[in-house]
Amino acid sequence: MSVLVFLDQSEGQIKKSSLEAASYGAKVAEQLGTTAEGIVLGNVTDDVAALGKYGLKKVHTLKNDTLDHLDAQVFTNVIADAVASSSATVVIFSNNFSGKAIAPRLSAKLKAGFVSGAVALPDTSNGFVVKKNVFSGKAFANISLNTAVKIISLNPNSYNITTIDAVAEVAALSTTVGAPKVIVTATNKIVGEVPLTEAEIVISGGRGLKGPENWGLVTDLAKLLGAATACSRPVADIGWRPHHEHVGQTGLAIAPNLYFAIGISGAIQHLAGVNRSKVIVVINKDPEAPFFKAADYGIVGDAFEVMPKIIEAVRKLKGA
Amino acid sequence: MKILVCISKTPDTTAKIAFSDNNTKFAADGVQWIINPYDEWYALVRAIELKEAAPSTTIHLVTVGGADAEPIIRKALALGGDEAIRINADSHDSFYIASQIAEVARQGAYDLIFTGKETIDYNGSSIGGMVAELLDLPYVSLAIKFDLIDGTAVIIREIEGGEETDKISLPVAVSCQKGMAEQRIPNMKGIMGARSKPLKVVEPIAVEALTSIVSFDLPPAKAGVKLVSPENPEELVRLLHEEAKVF
Repeated sequence: MSVLVFLDQSEGQIKKSSLEAASYGAKVAEQLGTTAEGIVLGNVTDDVAALGKYGLKKVHTLKNDTLDHLDAQVFTNVIADAVASSSATVVIFSNNFSGKAIAPRLSAKLKAGFVSGAVALPDTSNGFVVKKNVFSGKAFANISLNTAVKIISLNPNSYNITTIDAVAEVAALSTTVGAPKVIVTATNKIVGEVPLTEAEIVISGGRGLKGPENWGLVTDLAKLLGAATACSRPVADIGWRPHHEHVGQTGLAIAPNLYFAIGISGAIQHLAGVNRSKVIVVINKDPEAPFFKAADYGIVGDAFEVMPKIIEAVRKLKGA
Repeated sequence: MKILVCISKTPDTTAKIAFSDNNTKFAADGVQWIINPYDEWYALVRAIELKEAAPSTTIHLVTVGGADAEPIIRKALALGGDEAIRINADSHDSFYIASQIAEVARQGAYDLIFTGKETIDYNGSSIGGMVAELLDLPYVSLAIKFDLIDGTAVIIREIEGGEETDKISLPVAVSCQKGMAEQRIPNMKGIMGARSKPLKVVEPIAVEALTSIVSFDLPPAKAGVKLVSPENPEELVRLLHEEAKVF
């Protein structure tokens, strides 16, 4: 019996959301009186033994060029083998891009009950019940998993990374890697920006900013805070900002520690993408903007007057 | 070319979310139902565009649901698609639903299976991946572009902080999101035509659910917004630093 955590890598580095999954998995293992193990696939440059720090006793690795690209079918088969060889009864993924591709497949393959988008540790006092987001962040459901093997994908930024002073044992998996059917012909990554789904702070702008030439108010603050930038749907639709920045019902759903919205009214479709943020700040000159009802802090005022002062105050605070 | 589009019925995006029966059931009274937006705007519309480009294409719609799902299926048929299959079952277990769809898909021998990236009610993002696994098909999730070039699928999917272009031989299962297509409104001809399109009802196969919903909770009410004077925006920075401790 063990808890197995899939750690996702990108260009050789383990993703932050996977470290959250590792910390979560270690805690689940503690609850069940067992140990947590990790699985890392592909060519990783990070020190795998150092993942012991997040509570993993052992990390299974499989260095293989095929596994540097995601083919959900190939990954599922490799992970299924690791589940069997480590006698795992709980498998943890991050509910990120890779987790969404692999975890449901693994569930169907192993006939293992699956909760996607978990936001808290399982309740093991009476069975095995996991809390997840439903209705696009407007409610939670408590889901009971009734199967011998259970799969959980953890929503990014819903569990804090915890560390201990330990080193993991590293073991190479001896599984055969199947031929991928998905052939990756190009990847196009925006470099030098914090990925939205991994960001702890997100600064976001809406139509209230009047035009793309005013986006310095968003990007300057983002730079000072090491934050990612986002926008509302109309802004992406008009082309002021790229589509990958669009958060909301039909765009990305994010859950940063701080969501700072400038000139966004907060339509229900926008809220669906950001209502899991821990702290929401709204700057809007319309006191009736619905966003204020969902906000923790706000200023009813003109962004063009208020924001330069905020940026200056943050600059002072950061000593930049 | 045969395409299967998976359709789900969801509460309207602006529906009030409440629960009944001691917080164990979604309170559906008075709720307006829609086609899950990801299924409609992206999966279905892209399938229709592929048929417009290659008219010999057949599009089948499939849904798992009771008779109350039929208005939604008719609406989907009004947008496009040749016929619909309703699997007569009500379940919130992804594996149960995926197994039913996989059974229909197996019999139909489809070249493409499209789903939305998730439903806006249970947010599972699971059906596409599960159906693909049950049929032993490759699966591309979170696709933002889909093209057929000489019979091969060329798909752009979203990855963390960027995009990836994939090439895959058919058959393949794809989960669709924004970028795949633009929302369409059914026209009168479509609505009239939808009435005479076949809507087949099939009974579910025996499958054991792997999960069950114990209860629902609503998030704790927000304490209310703390407003800072526009004359003193520096105070907001102080509060975020010292009180909320977010930077």
